[in-house]
Amino acid sequence: MFRAPERLKDEYDVVIIGGGGHGLAAAYYLAKNHGITDVAVLEKAYLGGGGTGRNTAIIRSNYLTSEGVRFYNRSVELFRDLSRELDFNLFYSERGHFTLAHSTSSLNTMRWRAEVNKHLGVDSKIVGREFIQQSIPEMDLDCGGHQAPVYGALFHPPGAIARHDAVAWGYARGADRSGAEIHQQTTVTDIEVREGEVAGVHTDKGFIKTKKVLSAVAGWTTYVTKMVGLRTPLVIHPLQAFVTEPLKPWLNHIVVSASLHLYVSQSSRGELVAGASLDPQELISMRSSLDFAESLCGHLADMFPMVGSTNILRQWAGLCDMTPDFSPIMGKTSIKGFYIDAGWGTWGFKATPVSGETMAATVATDQQHELIVPFALDRFRRFQLVGEKGAASVGH
Amino acid sequence: MKIINCPINGPRPAQEFHYGGQFREMPDPDAVSDDQWADYIFNRNGEPGIKREWWYHLPSGTWFVAERDNCSDRFLRTYLYKQESSP
Repeated sequence: MFRAPERLKDEYDVVIIGGGGHGLAAAYYLAKNHGITDVAVLEKAYLGGGGTGRNTAIIRSNYLTSEGVRFYNRSVELFRDLSRELDFNLFYSERGHFTLAHSTSSLNTMRWRAEVNKHLGVDSKIVGREFIQQSIPEMDLDCGGHQAPVYGALFHPPGAIARHDAVAWGYARGADRSGAEIHQQTTVTDIEVREGEVAGVHTDKGFIKTKKVLSAVAGWTTYVTKMVGLRTPLVIHPLQAFVTEPLKPWLNHIVVSASLHLYVSQSSRGELVAGASLDPQELISMRSSLDFAESLCGHLADMFPMVGSTNILRQWAGLCDMTPDFSPIMGKTSIKGFYIDAGWGTWGFKATPVSGETMAATVATDQQHELIVPFALDRFRRFQLVGEKGAASVGH
Repeated sequence: MKIINCPINGPRPAQEFHYGGQFREMPDPDAVSDDQWADYIFNRNGEPGIKREWWYHLPSGTWFVAERDNCSDRFLRTYLYKQESSP
């Protein structure tokens, strides 16, 4: 599907660390939008093996801040046409996305979100219990009496799911065809910075000279920022998810309940894909835990009693690089030629196309792309945070 | 079951504990620059390694300091604040 170059060249115009969706998309848009093709994507393991392949594949733009809504909505626009553009089936499937409210205060936050969304042209509204029950007859809106009942929901019809591996592979093929080199099994061991400017990258396969490095490693960002001595607010927490055995199609929508720490959708293969909230303590490990599976099963069965006897097929964890304001950290840094695409916490997959597009523009022009100006790393120094309460895993 | 050693109550199940964030010394707000203050407020050491952290034992209301490896989740040592040398 794409070439596997035998050896690294001595020099590239741009080196991208991380062969996940974001890094590969950046390589693709560097070629497509800016004509920059002398690019190496370095991946220490295999393509899409990090956050790209470990999320629950949900795509939506019903965020709370105007900065977030504009950004994620551009991503939805790109996603909708992406299978055609990449000539690769991403199984992009619009399902409609319910965020359930189990309290009046959470319903109030949703009203606020709906108004921001509508103002910015995003299809989003508050719906009542009858609407939810009609859409999803299998749901017990009273949660078996074990949890607070569902009062209403924020409904976002364009909410979609996609095959996440295919997004990485599609961008990889596109980048490869336009001339970028993808090097898997290649680990970056250090970054050479001379007088505040990037000079090159040390790898386990030798030194590469370059003036521009894009770090697109999400959950591994603290390893890379350590190499260049950059301080960030990032801390890493695992987020766990599981899939059940395949069932006949019955759940068309995507259902999220922040109070129950639950989000669930049914994949095109029939599996229920379900995730929870972050593990509470900082941990750079992709281990799974029984605690997680137990509590998620309980909540899933409270909401959908019919899945009580369904088996879990697979359980895994991904690393989330969390920021204090639940917005990403993107663009230029205090080191010339070092660009950062991080802080992807629990919202990275849906941003894959737009982060690729905006980071490619930022790297190509050395100017922060307009959509990501609010997400620059120095916002913390300026106390200008972008408090994104619409992010997954944020309690309302 | 994962066990954490509470400095007051001894070994207890992990479910009885709550993570309280990284242990950090607050600089004197009047003596530091705005940049240094912002660095203290927002920036963290998210690198892999052994970290000093605040932990809380819920049933007894005990705040204490733990030294924990943030890659293996192993607790190396726990002690009460400013009583590092006590057993």
